[in-house]
Amino acid sequence: MESHAQPATPGSGSAFHSQKPINPYEIHMAAIVEKRQETAGIETYRLKLVDETVRQAYRFSAGQFNMVYAFGVGEVAISIVSDPDEPEFLDHTIRAVGRVTKALARLHVGDRLGIRGPFGQGWPLEASQGKNVVIVTGGLGCAPVVGAIEYIFRRRKQYGSVKILHGVKTPHDLLYRERFDAWRRHPDTEVLLTSDKPDKTWHYHVGVVTELFEQVAVDPARTVVLICGPEIMMRLGVPILMQRGIPAAAIYVSLERHMECGIGLCGHCQLGPYFLCKDGPVMSYDGVAQWMGRTGV
Amino acid sequence: MAERTSHLLSKPCFQQLINVLRSGGYRVIGPMVRDGAVVWETVQQTGDLPIGWRDIQEPGQYRLERTGGDRIFGVVHGPQSLKPFSFAPREPLLTIERTRNGFATSPTIPAPEKVAVLGARPCDVAGLAMQDRIFLRDAYADPYYQARRAGLFLVAVNCTRALSTCFCASMGTGPRATSGVDLALTELDEGVIVEAGSSAGEDILAKLECVPSTKEAIGEAHARITACAKSQMRALDTALLPQALYEAHEHARWDDIAARCLACGNCTMVCPTCFCHAVEESPDLDRQRSEHARVWDSCFTQEHGYIHGKNVRPAIKDRYRMWLSHKLASWIDQFGSSGCVGCGRCITWCPVGIDLTVELPALLKLDARDTNRQTER
Repeated sequence: MESHAQPATPGSGSAFHSQKPINPYEIHMAAIVEKRQETAGIETYRLKLVDETVRQAYRFSAGQFNMVYAFGVGEVAISIVSDPDEPEFLDHTIRAVGRVTKALARLHVGDRLGIRGPFGQGWPLEASQGKNVVIVTGGLGCAPVVGAIEYIFRRRKQYGSVKILHGVKTPHDLLYRERFDAWRRHPDTEVLLTSDKPDKTWHYHVGVVTELFEQVAVDPARTVVLICGPEIMMRLGVPILMQRGIPAAAIYVSLERHMECGIGLCGHCQLGPYFLCKDGPVMSYDGVAQWMGRTGV
Repeated sequence: MAERTSHLLSKPCFQQLINVLRSGGYRVIGPMVRDGAVVWETVQQTGDLPIGWRDIQEPGQYRLERTGGDRIFGVVHGPQSLKPFSFAPREPLLTIERTRNGFATSPTIPAPEKVAVLGARPCDVAGLAMQDRIFLRDAYADPYYQARRAGLFLVAVNCTRALSTCFCASMGTGPRATSGVDLALTELDEGVIVEAGSSAGEDILAKLECVPSTKEAIGEAHARITACAKSQMRALDTALLPQALYEAHEHARWDDIAARCLACGNCTMVCPTCFCHAVEESPDLDRQRSEHARVWDSCFTQEHGYIHGKNVRPAIKDRYRMWLSHKLASWIDQFGSSGCVGCGRCITWCPVGIDLTVELPALLKLDARDTNRQTER
């Protein structure tokens, strides 16, 4: 784990006065420049930080998240969907289910909300160059990976094959339909979709996302897997991938826990020794395997 | 600190210490008897301190009794450690005001205040050092904590009496304060030995009318502190941590504890190191202004493990396991040493007297039911 500086002796003063730290609790105002209905109850907000200096300094990597603030209501941790190469705008896909997200849903284009971030560790995209990439997502779990997919396609030649496996409950739950269609057109790229409860319009696979594994060939030695979705999907899916020879260290999961501060201080997002807001949300499966299999953690 | 000159302040002169601190611009806070316990209050004179009182602490029990003696620091500790002085139970972070074009935030970093805490126990000094490590680490030194912490002047009192619930000796945090204090006191019959632990402490010490301690007095102080360590009835063997507790995740003892635990969160509220907090929003009624504040939280609440659609720690068993495993095991991975300083407050203030010095050894023993389960596999 990281090392920590020795606390200074009280009275000696220096450590307590000399540092002029940034305030990690400061909230920056952002304007909603576009709002787009994805499915029932889920919208994508395109945001622009209002202060130019803040906007210029704001850089993120795919898989990181922001604390999004609704005036007078509070903050909620939401992953960044947009392309890290276009930090001018921030996209967040939000399901209106809680106090804060419902307040956000009442805002209109032009309204202001707050942003604090970016926080956490994103996907290991630089380290994965030259590898084949398998992306497995379920439901709204595809949101934290969208930025990673865009990042890869901007540098298409630096990666091997790309396989995107995405599962939804019903066809109505399929977000970003045009994006999936666009990704499909890239060279050496497969996009496989599945639905548990399909209707007549569905012409992809029927079943759960793990069943799609059988439809893709993987070269275990040069494959990296990015997974995000319900924890049960990851728990069931990862062992199947490992049976196919992919080492745990090459499998990355994005995990969800209650997050209130984003800086590893409020204590809620702990999973074993990890603060998922700071050490995650993207973790190598190698590191979290022993914790993910446990109940009540 | 053993190298430093040691000074003896006679008991009738003890008021000098309070006066010198006050004229140095410090608000002096010390233990005071209130509603059957000692609490931290602003102290004006020696007589405000719990002279002639002592505390009896047992699992689930706290009692003050009069001894009739002249001991100033006969009471070991009350429910609160030093934690509230730097990690405030409620800390406003920002005030956010609605503007024509959205909102404007102003940070509410507290104004520096010089506070001298008179009577800090070595376990609590160790607890504060751990909180420093948590709040002042790396890129995110917490400016709110930092502002409060910067003004603290610590006058520790080495312990010469152990409670039945004390186990600082086994945690290596007491009964002598070895670092992180400005002044350290040891109370003897004839007076109080005063040692400085910082330059600010030296400045205060220089203003006191002390006499150099005699060899006998120093020896007596040493003997009393050593005897205090030896008299401790509880201990925690942490040699196998963190791994052994991680491995005890499915131990049947957790169910047994959960049957007793009320999930009240008292243990987390009195713990000198627990740092969990929630961030809450309090808008004015006209919704033109809102206060964004952090408040102490506890891993025993329902909300602590809540994510949309489920609670990752739904049962009391999960929450107690979270607390103890964090305190004694994952804390080591996170911050380099145990989250327990051996003050024993979680034992005393637990309404049903759950005692971690009993529970840990039980959890590290291979349980009979557990063995059965393993053979079934």
